[in-house]
Amino acid sequence: MSAIFVWTETFSGTAIPLSQETLGAGATLAAELKLPLVALVFGEDAGEIAGSLAADEALVCEDETLTDLRLEPCAALLTQLVRERRPHALLAPGTIRGRELLASSAADVGASLLTEVSGIAAQPDGALRVTRPVYAGKLSETAQGSPSQTQYLCLRARAFPAASTREHGDTPVYAVDPVLVEDDIVTNIVEAPPAAGEISLGDAAIIVSGGRGMSANPAQPPADAPDGAVWKAQHGFEHTLTPLAAELGAAIGASRAAVDAGYIDYAHQVGQTGKVVSPDLYIACGISGAIQHQAGMRSSKTIVAINRDPDAPIFRLAHYGLVGDLYEIVPALTAALRARRGAG
Amino acid sequence: MHIVTFTRSTPDTAARLTVDADGSVSQGDAAMVVNPWDEYSLEESIAQAEGQGGTATVIAIGPEVHEEALRQALAMGANEALRMDDPALATTDSIGWATVAAAAVRRLDDIDLVIFGKEAVDTGSDQHQIQTARYLGWPFIGAVSRILELDAAGGRLRVERSLEQGRQVLDCRLPAVISVLKDINEPRYPSFMGIRRASRASIPLWSLADLEVTLPKPLTQRLKLEEPPQRLAEAELLSGSPAEQAGALIERLEKEQVL
Repeated sequence: MSAIFVWTETFSGTAIPLSQETLGAGATLAAELKLPLVALVFGEDAGEIAGSLAADEALVCEDETLTDLRLEPCAALLTQLVRERRPHALLAPGTIRGRELLASSAADVGASLLTEVSGIAAQPDGALRVTRPVYAGKLSETAQGSPSQTQYLCLRARAFPAASTREHGDTPVYAVDPVLVEDDIVTNIVEAPPAAGEISLGDAAIIVSGGRGMSANPAQPPADAPDGAVWKAQHGFEHTLTPLAAELGAAIGASRAAVDAGYIDYAHQVGQTGKVVSPDLYIACGISGAIQHQAGMRSSKTIVAINRDPDAPIFRLAHYGLVGDLYEIVPALTAALRARRGAG
Repeated sequence: MHIVTFTRSTPDTAARLTVDADGSVSQGDAAMVVNPWDEYSLEESIAQAEGQGGTATVIAIGPEVHEEALRQALAMGANEALRMDDPALATTDSIGWATVAAAAVRRLDDIDLVIFGKEAVDTGSDQHQIQTARYLGWPFIGAVSRILELDAAGGRLRVERSLEQGRQVLDCRLPAVISVLKDINEPRYPSFMGIRRASRASIPLWSLADLEVTLPKPLTQRLKLEEPPQRLAEAELLSGSPAEQAGALIERLEKEQVL
């Protein structure tokens, strides 16, 4: 039981934001348990990225089989490192890749795994007691794994403060060998996500979201628009919400109703069958606040609701309510923010 | 081609949940429904099986309450339904669940593809799916938005999935395990005939003895379940003209240091 391991997910040459939060949580645990913090970095540019991570040391593998963090070779390597070095805990970002990797390796090792972790408390016997949302956030669970072997945890985005990156690139980095060779691997990545990527909704500090009310746009659709309401809503997302989001450096979210009506792509859906987010600021525009939307955003720190209907359920969740026409209020807000930025 | 999906019954989305003194979850009068993410995996498995003249089998692991979800799956058009149950399952975790799931798939013997919905809303996790693949020794690909090619004869699968940073295309050999997102399809409504057929269907029950497995000792332990603290304060309503409302909001967000 030698260390706290943090699997550090990277994308396009840097550690992703949730990796920095995971390193932050790992550093707190390592200090508390008086154990070294070891970052594991796999794939392209691993060595360079690892050198500037806030860890006591880093284990890296840049073998080509690990490019784009393909699951099977990453899992085989992770399992071997855990078996050899028996860390006290292994933390990873609760992303799609992070969850797949830790679940696979936990099955190999016979280790406990808890996901969507939003709080960690080390117990005197070394067990890590965690809190996590269950039942779509309607209930909160306290659970713990088995301290007799490495405890695996996947962390929720924006639940832990990020570690600061070191400027001098002086973290000791040790290379490790891969476990699988290409012939052992049955999956093949045909097309990787574009290097620029999109702002991940889960990482956004501010989210501006639109709902069914987006169709009440006073702008007139062209005569050839197949569906006036859809055109109005799409136009509103692009010309009313996007300028506000740009002013705030925010990501764009949407309710299920807006996605199902074809107003915006599913990638933006926040809620039970979409993404779960917890930004510092969530601005809900024309969203009534159905319970399944609440499931995706209720842990946001400050919630602002803009809605015509003063009885909309969203106002029972919001900290600030602006009753009125979003097509008047949002442009006023964008203009006021722009003026403030100019004055500042 | 033979496709398996696993499903479960979960409390209706609108249900208000409370925790009883013994730690069990109550949902009042609210109904149990198919785990919301499973609507998409059920649709995909049925549509793929229909398209290729194959079979779609749906499996639930756990007590009788999950027959609700199985009957819904049969009503939608799944060909077969099975339930695995054993008193020992009550205290199991993802490792135990995956042990049973992998044994069921192995026993069916001719499975090409296992499809899950993205996660189970009650446990708030997908680890049991990934671990099922691991125990089978099959590849796992999660968050699939589109099946681009499913060739059972050639043993190849190509899918598009949605990572946090965008689209990724992968292929792998079959058999394989995938999980699907909401944008993969539009689930059908059960037909009247389908509902009638489902209500009459008898659903075979397999025990752990039938599967010849013993459950591993659970590694994780639930210590407490509670309702998150409710916010007592009401929203502060900001009135006035749109410009005044905007100004009042910015003032408050600055004071809270959100801006």
